[in-house]
Amino acid sequence: MDRTWLHKLASPPHFYRIAGRLAPWLGWPALALILIGLYGGLVLAPADHQQGEGFRILYVHAPSAWLSMLVYATLALASGIGLIWRIKLAHAVALAAAPIGAWFTFVALATGSLWGKPMWGTWWVWDARLTAELILLFLYLGFLALHGAIDDTGRADRAAAVLALVGVINLPVIHYSVYWWNTLHQGATITKLGKPSITFDMLWPLLVMLTGFTLCFAALLTRRVQAEILRRERDAAWLRAELAR
Amino acid sequence: MASALRAVLLLYRRDLLLAFRRREQVLQPVVFFVMVTTLFPLALSPELAQLRQIAGGVLWVAALLASLLALEYLFRADHEDGTLEQLLLSGQPLVLLAAARTAAHWTISGLPLVVASPVLAVTLGVPAPALWTVAISLALGTGILSALGSVGAALTVGVRRGGTLLSLLVLPLAMPALIFGARAVALAIDGGGARGPLLLLAALCVLALTLAPFATAAALRISAE
Repeated sequence: MDRTWLHKLASPPHFYRIAGRLAPWLGWPALALILIGLYGGLVLAPADHQQGEGFRILYVHAPSAWLSMLVYATLALASGIGLIWRIKLAHAVALAAAPIGAWFTFVALATGSLWGKPMWGTWWVWDARLTAELILLFLYLGFLALHGAIDDTGRADRAAAVLALVGVINLPVIHYSVYWWNTLHQGATITKLGKPSITFDMLWPLLVMLTGFTLCFAALLTRRVQAEILRRERDAAWLRAELAR
Repeated sequence: MASALRAVLLLYRRDLLLAFRRREQVLQPVVFFVMVTTLFPLALSPELAQLRQIAGGVLWVAALLASLLALEYLFRADHEDGTLEQLLLSGQPLVLLAAARTAAHWTISGLPLVVASPVLAVTLGVPAPALWTVAISLALGTGILSALGSVGAALTVGVRRGGTLLSLLVLPLAMPALIFGARAVALAIDGGGARGPLLLLAALCVLALTLAPFATAAALRISAE
C-alpha cells in the first residue's frame, strides 16, 4: 500500500496547506447546519408535553456533551500517535483540540445547569453525568496546565500526552464509578438505536445540530492547528516562503 | 532478571533508609491527617451521632490530601542531585524501579495513615466492627493514590511550583477511589456489608498498580531529557 500521503500529511508544510484549503469547506457547512438546526429546534419542533418549551435547550446541550467526549477521544488519539510514532504534528493537534474540548465541556455544564433549574428545581445536582462531565473538565484543565507549566515545547508535548493517555484509561472508570454513585439524569435520548424515545419532529433538528457542531469542531481544529504550526515553525524557511506567496 | 530484582530491593531499602533519617518526612503526612480530621468536629458539631454520618467522607478526604502532600517530594530530591539520571542510565528496567519507588512511597506515607486511621475513626464515633473496613479501604486507597501520584509526580518533577499542579492532575483521577472507599466505610458504619465497594476498590488498586509504573517510567524519561 502506498503510504506516502500519510507521511506527507504528518509534515507541517503539507498539513498547513491542506488545513488552509479544508477549513472553509468545514466552517461554512457547519454554520449553515447550525442555523438550520437552531431554526428547526427552536421554532419548528413541537413543545415537549412534559417539559414544555424548556426542553429546547437540548439542541445545544446534547451536541456540546457529545463533543466534549469526542474531543477528548481526538486528543487522546493524537497524543498516542504523537508518543508512539514521534510525530510532532500530532502533538500540535492535541494541544489545539484541548481548549475547544474544555469549552464544549463548559458549555455542556452551563446549559445543563440552565436546564436543571426549571426541570429539577436547582441549578446543580450531584448527579452522575453532571459530575462525570465536571471531572472531564478537570482533565482538560490538567492537560492544559501541565502543558503550560513546562517551557520546552517538545517535553511539554510528551508529558501532556502521557497525562492524556492516563486520563483516557481512567475515563470509563470515572464514568461507571460516578454512575453507580448516583443517578438522576434522564437516560440518553438517541443511543437507543432503531427506536429513539423522541418523535421525528424533535429528532431531526438534533441530528442536524450534532452534525453542525461536529463540523464546527473540525473547522476550529484545522484553524487552531494552523495557528499552532505558525507558532512552532516561526523560524522555518518554508513558512516564510508560504506566507510570501 | 535477578539483578533487576536486586536493584528493586536496593532502591526500596535506600528510600526507606533516607526517609527514616529525615523522620519529619514520615511524620508530616500523619500529623496533617490528624489535624484535618480534627477540624471537622470543631467546624461542624461535637456530637458523635452527627460525626458518625460523615466519618467515612472526612477520613477519606483527609487521607487523600495527606498522602498528596508527600507526593511532591517523590522524585524531586533525586532529580535535583542527579540520582534520577543515574537510575535512568543504570540499565535496569525503569518500570520496576518506578514500582519500587511507588512501593517505598506507600510504606512511608500511606502505611502510617492506615495505622492512624482506626484511632481517628473512633474519635469520630465509628463503631468498632467498622474499624477494619476503615483500615482496609484506606490501605487500598492510599495504594491507588501512590500509584496514580507517582505518574503525576514524575510528570511535574522539573516544573516550578509543581505542588498545586500535581493536585490538579492527580485528584480527578483519584475520584473513583474516593467514591468507593467512602461508600464502603459508610456502609460498614450503618452495619451493612461493605464487601462490594471494597472489592471494587481492590480491583481499582490492582489496575492502578499494574498500569501506573509504565506511565511513571515514560514520564520520568520525558522529564529527565
